[in-house]
Amino acid sequence: MQQRNWEHFEHEADMGLRADAETREGLFEAMGEALTAIITEPAGVRRVETVTVHCEAPSNALLLIDWLNALIFEMATRGMIFGSWHVELDGQKLEGRLEGEAVDRLRHQPVVEVKGATYTALSVTRDSAGRWHGQCVVDV
Amino acid sequence: MDLNRLVQDSEYRWRLPMEGPMRAPGILFGDREQILQMDDKVFTQLYNVTLLPGLVGPVYAMPDAHWGYGFPIGGVAAFDAEAGGVVSAGGVGFDISCGVRTLHTGLHPRDVDAVKTELADALFAGIPAGVGSRGSIRLDHRQMDAMLEGGARWAVKQGYGTTDDLERTEERGCIDGARPDDVSDHAKHRQRREMGTLGSGNHYLELQRVAAIYAPDIARQYALAEDDVLVSIHCGSRGLGHQIGTDYLREMVIAAPDLGLDLPDRELACAPIYSDLGQRYLGAMRAGMNCALANRQILTHLTRDVVSRLLPQARLDMFYDVSHNICKVEVHVVDGKPRELYVHRKGATRAFGPGNPDLDETLCAAGQPVLIGGSMGTASYVLAGTTEGETTALSSACHGAGRAMSRRKARRQYSGRQVVDELAERGIVIRSPSQRGVAEEAPLAYKDVDRVVDIAEYAGLARKVARLEPLVCIKG
Repeated sequence: MQQRNWEHFEHEADMGLRADAETREGLFEAMGEALTAIITEPAGVRRVETVTVHCEAPSNALLLIDWLNALIFEMATRGMIFGSWHVELDGQKLEGRLEGEAVDRLRHQPVVEVKGATYTALSVTRDSAGRWHGQCVVDV
Repeated sequence: MDLNRLVQDSEYRWRLPMEGPMRAPGILFGDREQILQMDDKVFTQLYNVTLLPGLVGPVYAMPDAHWGYGFPIGGVAAFDAEAGGVVSAGGVGFDISCGVRTLHTGLHPRDVDAVKTELADALFAGIPAGVGSRGSIRLDHRQMDAMLEGGARWAVKQGYGTTDDLERTEERGCIDGARPDDVSDHAKHRQRREMGTLGSGNHYLELQRVAAIYAPDIARQYALAEDDVLVSIHCGSRGLGHQIGTDYLREMVIAAPDLGLDLPDRELACAPIYSDLGQRYLGAMRAGMNCALANRQILTHLTRDVVSRLLPQARLDMFYDVSHNICKVEVHVVDGKPRELYVHRKGATRAFGPGNPDLDETLCAAGQPVLIGGSMGTASYVLAGTTEGETTALSSACHGAGRAMSRRKARRQYSGRQVVDELAERGIVIRSPSQRGVAEEAPLAYKDVDRVVDIAEYAGLARKVARLEPLVCIKG
């Protein structure tokens, strides 16, 4: 499994997500995990149901926002939380396979719902060593 | 914030002076310490808003201002459609028409004390709150559109409350110009099971005690007296508003170059008011406002139901309902002439002064109630709009304490259990589905609301009327 990292960074009112990975796909997957970690501990989410999402955007940065907003929409409308994220990219088209379960308020102790991914502090870049970096702020 | 970049106009008013491409100055309200503690990004965001087309007059930052996305939270800016002005989805935010509704109860704190724990448990069970909660009301497509057009008036027609509630609700419960057709199916789908839900984060339902009266003349007109018990509900347009924000921010970001807009920050995503996109956003945003008004009306009904079971003598009459994330068309006098402006308030409360024709006749002499939310352990306030405020900052005041600490820092510093126990020792009963959520909302994660409100009064934004202290708090 490729090495990927994510963290939450400081934002006064909301929450910043930042990640890096060897591949663009890995970056998007790590940002998905960082999103879940705002709500609950990702390792505590069982993978009992699969959901597929599709996104397409004119740039990597906008694709990241679309991806996170697709996760937010699926969580909100299905009452689910995800613990696994698999991303395939074809140019600027993304297909994501998510695994998770219905929110269990006792077990997950969900902290806060995420309203949407914002364009504040948004970037997707690739460094000189070829590693992908991405970040944005989400509204909670 | 670096004070050297500002000009101090008075003790509580600081200015970003005009330079380069700025269309108007920026104005910050605060004392020296507050301004020093504000993040530099508030300066940057305020500056960025001054670059938007059709801006009329200064861009304001209220005393509770903090770093937001696009606009600072606590930001106020007005645009003239005739001058090429814009409407900004980023200037309203995701939680369209988030606001505060406050109800009288006719109760004394000792009435609540007798059943406080049972009441907290019953409210927690009866008011859907937090992630994973679901409302009991399901709307089909036709009902959804009717709700988006009718707002709280629709809710009252469905049996949630009475027509008396509408007189004390902003826009009398329904804003004109809502266009359900401009709201995406995604947004409507997201709202299907969220009517009558509180949400999470800083949203709450509180029973509060009137702890102090500062302006007895206005308090009398507001029917507020010391040791009255009030109910305050802080929430917004739920998933529907969040999705409208998501949909239109994206469309505006992508359309900006074709619309000739060179945005200093993508999050300021906007469109000319006189454009198809601008008009569609306004129609959808107003539908979002009606959704928020309907939601707070339904929550009022649910609250009445719960409270009446334990305290049958209670009468939960409306005091007032006002939003703090919205763009509204208002007439303001600019350079001696009345102008119709699109006033964006993002984390700022409208504060109309006495005599404003939009106010119910029972409030007209006193000025509009301005409802300031606190955090679980600190005070909330009722202020009153003033005549002076109309020229000070487009009839706008603060909306809460404003965060002083990020959520991440708060959860490292506090435990939810510790916060709940400490507040219990002070007689404040907290109910929440998440201990981590309570930690992130710890009272000390917020600025000193007492100071924020004092500054709002000293700066002439609004007049202090009453201080409210929490008795019971249901956190989402």
